[in-house]
Amino acid sequence: MPDVRTSDHDDVALAAPVAMVSLNPNAWTEPFWVAAGQHRLTVQRCLACGTVRHPPGPFCPRCRTQDSDWVDLSGRATLYSFTVIRHALAPPLRAYLPMVIAVVAPDEAPTARLVANLVEVAVGDVAIGMPLEVVWEDAGDGVAVFRFRPAAPALRRTKETSS
Amino acid sequence: MPDESGRLLRDRTAIVGVGATPFYRRGASAPQSTLELAGKAVLAALADAGLRPDDVDGFALYSGGGFDPALLAQTLGIPNVRFMATLTGGGGGAPGAVGLAAAGIVSGHADVVVSVMAMQQPGAARFGSVFGRKEPGAYAARPTPESDFIAHAGLMGPGQMFAILTQRHMYQYGTTRRHLAEVAISTRENARNRPSALMRSPLTEEDYFAARMISEPFCLFDYCLECDGAVAVVTTSAERARDLRQPPVYVTASAQGGAGDWGQAIMWMGMPDDTFASSGHRPVAKDLYRRAGLGPADVDVALLYDHFTGMVLMQLEDYGFCPIGESGPFVADGNIRYLGGSIPVNTHGGNLSDAYIIGFTHVVEAVEQLRGSAVNQVANAEVALVTGGPAPLPVSGLILKREATGA
Repeated sequence: MPDVRTSDHDDVALAAPVAMVSLNPNAWTEPFWVAAGQHRLTVQRCLACGTVRHPPGPFCPRCRTQDSDWVDLSGRATLYSFTVIRHALAPPLRAYLPMVIAVVAPDEAPTARLVANLVEVAVGDVAIGMPLEVVWEDAGDGVAVFRFRPAAPALRRTKETSS
Repeated sequence: MPDESGRLLRDRTAIVGVGATPFYRRGASAPQSTLELAGKAVLAALADAGLRPDDVDGFALYSGGGFDPALLAQTLGIPNVRFMATLTGGGGGAPGAVGLAAAGIVSGHADVVVSVMAMQQPGAARFGSVFGRKEPGAYAARPTPESDFIAHAGLMGPGQMFAILTQRHMYQYGTTRRHLAEVAISTRENARNRPSALMRSPLTEEDYFAARMISEPFCLFDYCLECDGAVAVVTTSAERARDLRQPPVYVTASAQGGAGDWGQAIMWMGMPDDTFASSGHRPVAKDLYRRAGLGPADVDVALLYDHFTGMVLMQLEDYGFCPIGESGPFVADGNIRYLGGSIPVNTHGGNLSDAYIIGFTHVVEAVEQLRGSAVNQVANAEVALVTGGPAPLPVSGLILKREATGA
């Protein structure tokens, strides 16, 4: 008996449509989305003990301090876990399958796990532990959504930087 | 650890009545209302106990009960409600509601406490199908600042969320889809001879692997059912229980809650590395066993909340039936089978194959096992474990016994 995930390994993962995104921020989460609109991935950090917290909130769960600042992340991350969605929970999502919903650990703040779609990858190539990098999709009105794709090899990244 | 020895609920209350409506495919209970289903289950449970609605003076619920409790008291003409309480959260509170009933009785708030869950899933209002979306899930939980961080990625359904935990379990421990299949297949076997069960046809490994994928690694058979129905349980003091129609089933221990860093769990995915691929039950299991003065080896039958197969595996670990990470090989060896298993699990067919009344059928099955009247009776069953969740906090557990400790 084969113990494989599915026969459709070559399908490229699609992301949830940005048209469905509607944000409901409060004072604590808004800075994250403002930065996201500028294509900056950030994490909230406790000013007293340095613990990062996500989702952003009013207290540090370690030392209960409220004061915090925001740290820019590089956008590099590691895949922590994922699911490949094969069945749309709602009709408008049927056109966006297969969809990979991932939990990723940002390199500089691995405990501040982010939930995001993976893009530019065949679903059969998705594997826990794979290096990722952030990509942005604009949703209009200054809102942008973060996705992740397989990290470019170091060599290629160097070339792109130098060119 | 506070000294709780003088404050234990241990065997001071008992479940004395259980009742249920028939179980229906989703939407097929119409034109009955949810309140009507709840009332029918309550009346059946009271009749089973040999009690009348006039005897009821408390309600202990979870996940909202599925109806307005005030309207239920009004509709059933309860003379005087002296205790009305509910656990927050969802299915994680199923056995905890009975623990709440026991607490209400031992603390003198009430004498006869009813717990009931009514479930009706008509049309588009599919329970638990969509978290926190305005569109397309306007019927779902309201979006929050926190849900913004998962909704943008299309993460909506509990099945998708628990698939992510299960995928991590596979990565960390080598768990396979065949292990998930064994949970689905063994549970279906237990439902096959059960008159109430919605799924009674045999399920083979071939069927399992031929089923369509929903949210990898979960296929159709890794998901529980969607259905209508209601289940009620009546709890009273141990003294009063001894004079009633049925043999008492003692509430030996109750525990609920969990770790703050489990928290919203599948709604934030930030749980620590050592509990991410778990059921979130470890602190609750520890409290439960200590309060019962028992351990996993004492449990004769385990009714484990089975919304998704993978989460049964993780509960087997967290309740100590096998070491952490070894639940896959443990089930592959036949350990959870009714016939020949070292710890029979979900002998009634569970949420996966009997009916999904948000886990409350598990309490009824525990009671039937300890009365000796279960369809798939475990020989000489004396101790039963019932769990609710994995879920955002609280999760809960209950240990029930046939004989009071020291009796």
